[in-house]
Amino acid sequence: MDKSFAVRRRRDLLIAAVLAVLAGLAPLFVKDVYVQNILILTLMYAALSQSWNILSGYCGQISLGHALYFGIGAYTTELLFTKFGVLPWFGMLGGGVLAAIIAMALGYPFFRLRGHYFVIATIVIAEIGLLLFQNWDWAGAALGITIPVRGDSWLKFQFMRSKLPYFYFALALCCLAWFVTWWLEDSKWGFWWRAVKDNPDAAESLGVVVFNSKMGAAAVSAFLVAIGGAFYAQYLAYIDPESVMGFQFSLLMALPAVLGGIGTLWGPVLGAAILIPMTELTRSYIGGSGRGVDLIVYGALIVLISLALPQGLVSLFSRAKAKNHVKGATR
Amino acid sequence: MTAQAIIQSLASGLLMGLLYGLIAVGLALIFGLMDVVNFAHGEFLMIAMYATFFLFAFFAIDPLLSAPLVAAALFVFGAVVYLLIVRFAMRAKANAGMVQIFSTFGLAIVMRGLAQFFFTPDYRSIPQSWLGGKTVSVAGIFLPEPQLIGALVSIAAFAGLYFFINRTDFGRALEATREDPGAVALVGIDKNRVFALGWGLGAALVGLAGAIMAVFFYIYPDVGASFALIAYVTVALGGFGSVFGAFAGGIIVGLVEAVTALVLPPSLKSVGIYAVYLLVVFIRPRGLFGSM
Repeated sequence: MDKSFAVRRRRDLLIAAVLAVLAGLAPLFVKDVYVQNILILTLMYAALSQSWNILSGYCGQISLGHALYFGIGAYTTELLFTKFGVLPWFGMLGGGVLAAIIAMALGYPFFRLRGHYFVIATIVIAEIGLLLFQNWDWAGAALGITIPVRGDSWLKFQFMRSKLPYFYFALALCCLAWFVTWWLEDSKWGFWWRAVKDNPDAAESLGVVVFNSKMGAAAVSAFLVAIGGAFYAQYLAYIDPESVMGFQFSLLMALPAVLGGIGTLWGPVLGAAILIPMTELTRSYIGGSGRGVDLIVYGALIVLISLALPQGLVSLFSRAKAKNHVKGATR
Repeated sequence: MTAQAIIQSLASGLLMGLLYGLIAVGLALIFGLMDVVNFAHGEFLMIAMYATFFLFAFFAIDPLLSAPLVAAALFVFGAVVYLLIVRFAMRAKANAGMVQIFSTFGLAIVMRGLAQFFFTPDYRSIPQSWLGGKTVSVAGIFLPEPQLIGALVSIAAFAGLYFFINRTDFGRALEATREDPGAVALVGIDKNRVFALGWGLGAALVGLAGAIMAVFFYIYPDVGASFALIAYVTVALGGFGSVFGAFAGGIIVGLVEAVTALVLPPSLKSVGIYAVYLLVVFIRPRGLFGSM
């Protein structure tokens, strides 16, 4: 391992710590509930996208069906809470484990598929999940579940009076997803994943257990996304199949990573920091009329960024650095 | 459940399946030509349906007559999309697959937004067309005329496409470009031109399908989304890039949907299609007629 990589990793960790502290101080200055909501969603999507990036970016298995794991996290938590009185924290953990198990069970047949066959299989399985939940009466079917209000408490992870606890949880989740990525990047798994992404056949011949690598990435990715789903359900206090398992979540998890830089450590955070506030602002300022202007702006941005910066916005930073530094400063 | 009811639903499923094949074939054609999946395919269908609707509403042109016009308009549109977007997406040196998926996906979102902006999110339909609402009865089986004519148009379009690819110069250029885009340049074929015409042809086929769909389906900005996933499944089921595969895939999807609707609640009818897709690719990871 060359020295510059270790230097970069230490620097990344330092930057992340500084950013996390700064973000943690944000509520001191932001009192507006509307803006707080945007910050919470931005942190949540950054965490989701970071998790999605583990399987789809690092390991190269593009999933457009991660809404399934998001929904499983949300539904496990709320079904356990409303039907059996299990505290959301246990439901959250249980949902994460269940999502990881399902991801591996699905991975068993899915990881034999390549390219578009794999992508379509992930879309299709999430649609099946959505349809089943819409028709599952015990789980509220299409009407969904309203989470009963039991008063503000960390124990029940429910807060009516302030958004700040949700903000700090979302921040913690974002830090966790980032740290897991950072940690895995330099592990045996991280190198295996990149090898599998670049050339699975060559990786296999060099002794990388391709199948197990994909399974590992799928499990970690699904676990973290399900935690995000559980959080979202508690935050909204109401879930229905479309609002936690709809295709738009699969897309909203992928887009920040794609725009920021897929398969990079900072891409998802950067992408989410730009995309989510922009989505929310266009929706409330020009989308309110229901005339679709927000969609036009949003879609055009996706087209332009994917064409102009195929390696995402982070490539702007490395390009600028390449000019300033002598060659070889970055990976 | 009587034998009559089963035959009735299989017949409807077959007709719908032929239409699914026609919706999907443009996708298969483009993929076979240049390994690109057009994630705005459903929105191509959507604008074709709107075009048919407005030709009817403003000029009282029946969908049956406007179908060729709509197909021609979509041909131009497809070629322009290639020249303005896809051509650049294919030049991406990094993350090529990702760039193709998201540049066409972004286009789909823009098109939906534009449709909402200009046409409003209202549901529209063509109330009084020559075919709309009429049925034909064959030996006690009722077949709706729009679907019946649609199925015939689909068969004709596939036959025409087969002839076109195998018997014309442009068809041969298409085949040659798909086999080796580098080598065709050496014999004086402009790769970009063939690709643009391929996109035009693919869009024209979905335009034809859209004109027929407009007769019996509601027209609204998100209508493409519901058919797009079926189209991807159809193409993947047949084997990406195989034009004949899209035809067979469409028929399978139509029949499976009809059978599922017989045994499961109607709201679950798509589950059958998705399950069959998964089953097929688990056994044959490159679809039924895809090359291994």
